[in-house]
Amino acid sequence: MSEALVFHFDVDGDNFTSAGQASVQVKKDLRQLGLPTDIIRRISIAMYEGEINMVIHANGGTADVLVYEDAIEIILEDHGPGIADIDKAMQEGYSTASDTIRSLGFGAGMGLPNMKRYTDSMDIKTKLGVGTTITMRIELA
Amino acid sequence: MKITTIRDLLNAEVYCNEENLGRHVYSACGSDMMSDVLAYVKDQAVLLTGLMNQQVIRTAEMMDMVCVVFVRSKKPSPDMIDLAEETGIVVMATDKTMYEACGILYSSGLIKERKANV
Ligand SMILES: Nc1ncnc2c1ncn2[C@@H]1O[C@H](COP(=O)(O)OP(=O)(O)O)[C@@H](O)[C@H]1O
Ligand SMILES: [Mg+2]
Repeated sequence: MSEALVFHFDVDGDNFTSAGQASVQVKKDLRQLGLPTDIIRRISIAMYEGEINMVIHANGGTADVLVYEDAIEIILEDHGPGIADIDKAMQEGYSTASDTIRSLGFGAGMGLPNMKRYTDSMDIKTKLGVGTTITMRIELA
Repeated sequence: MKITTIRDLLNAEVYCNEENLGRHVYSACGSDMMSDVLAYVKDQAVLLTGLMNQQVIRTAEMMDMVCVVFVRSKKPSPDMIDLAEETGIVVMATDKTMYEACGILYSSGLIKERKANV
């Protein structure tokens, strides 16, 4: 595989207001690269949900977007609490978010399902007390 | 439906991107939960919401939406308008409730939800 173009972002865990800024930037960068609108939309929605999760569940982390010739990979890494039960977390409607988060418009338990829906593959590596790394891939072919 | 029509039907005040009032909207989504909005992609949609923070604008931007309507007399903050300005999204506010606003748009013909193939 040829070398990937990499966009790297630090996601601030203390600031709900700025959450999503990395996804907004990625959307701009991918537009600049001339990718199809629907592909960009899928990538940006999936990354936005993941970015929000890092802020509301894991106190921030890092996001890397790797652009290959035939695919885009999004890698979200945090050192938050980890996910105890991935199957449960993947269910639509399952959420451990607080009422405060819900009043801010998130915590409907649709984030991880949305991330899976909009990408071609999604892999979750998580360890309680250590953190979570989510890798999502979208094929360009 | 043209965005100007939405403005007129809802008697709404427009806060930014007036130059895009002539754009067309083909579907609508009413919710205060952003992940519910993010679950279904619709073409050139309008988002109606009672939620008031910057994530509303980012959600609409991620979805390539063309218009956001704040219901129940809520006025967007300068921060939100700044954020929306560079996206081209028309932002407006109406004193109608969510129920009324959705009902008015629906009965005026903004019905079809065209789910994109994703
Ligand atoms: N990065 C993360 N770190 C720790 N827990 C997470 C993370 N992402 C998701 N979770 C857990 O999985 C649940 C479901 O996530 P999601 O589907 O995005 O719903 P929501 O964010 O609305 O709660 C969350 O409520 C949380 O318990
Ligand atoms: Mg979530």
